[in-house]
Amino acid sequence: MKSKFSLLVIIIFLSFCFVIFYKGINDSNIYSPKITDKKDIPNFEAKDFDSSKYVNSEKIFKDDIFYIVNIWASWCVPCRNEHPLLMRLSNSQLVKLIGVNYKDNLNKAENFINEFGNPYSQIIIDNDGTLSVEFGAYGVPETFVIDKNKKIIRKFIGPINNDILEEIKLIIK
Amino acid sequence: MKILKISMIILLCSGFFHSKSNEKNDQLKSKILKNIRCLICQGQSVYDSESDFASSIKLIVDRKINEGLKEELIYQFLREKYGDWIIYDPKLKKNTYILWLLPLLLFLLGGAIMYKKITVKK
Repeated sequence: MKSKFSLLVIIIFLSFCFVIFYKGINDSNIYSPKITDKKDIPNFEAKDFDSSKYVNSEKIFKDDIFYIVNIWASWCVPCRNEHPLLMRLSNSQLVKLIGVNYKDNLNKAENFINEFGNPYSQIIIDNDGTLSVEFGAYGVPETFVIDKNKKIIRKFIGPINNDILEEIKLIIK
Repeated sequence: MKILKISMIILLCSGFFHSKSNEKNDQLKSKILKNIRCLICQGQSVYDSESDFASSIKLIVDRKINEGLKEELIYQFLREKYGDWIIYDPKLKKNTYILWLLPLLLFLLGGAIMYKKITVKK
């Protein structure tokens, strides 16, 4: 009876270890923050790309409309790949695109916009990356969907693709 | 002359206290940065990492300390942005019960088994 109980304990323990390790092998070992949590947009003041004047977040997100915040840089190759999709999205009247230019050379950023087009209704400058941290980003490109209540309702890490574009269209409908 | 001496002393004292408070802030900053995980080079703390993300976090932490935010509030800010994982020292809560209690349970179980074996031998 006693040995049966010990065997049962050992089997349970080994099964538990097996499940933990099996789950560990299958899960990605690269952590990425949750992308579906609703969060308030941060309060900030940032330099406007065109006018070089400081603007605050209340002014940027003043309209009762969906906003897409896209963090980009001219040196970021995936940003070039997603740019045509952002151009397509900018044709929609239901949404405004705000660009956050991340740790970039302003002349190069301007050349990038001149070459590939400007999908953004406003571009703000994030010289030191702290504004991106306020949004909860940790790299470029990252895209945030902000609803009419000024909440971040969706976050896309990495370049957007056709599927993501369709998802965004569904959200802003 | 007296006024000059007094003002010199005040100047020296204020410089001393200023450097002391800077030193304190630097210590707090190092402590916090060593307890934050870099999300780009995972496995390294923000303190050790040279990534773009880490340099931005260093600036943010520095700014928050200068704004007078307490250590716990800075962790809370980072948790809100990136989740619990960003902190090396997770809090005891629903999601981390197993993490905190399992070693204790295993320790108690092992202790109980050893105790039983010893008492049976006696």
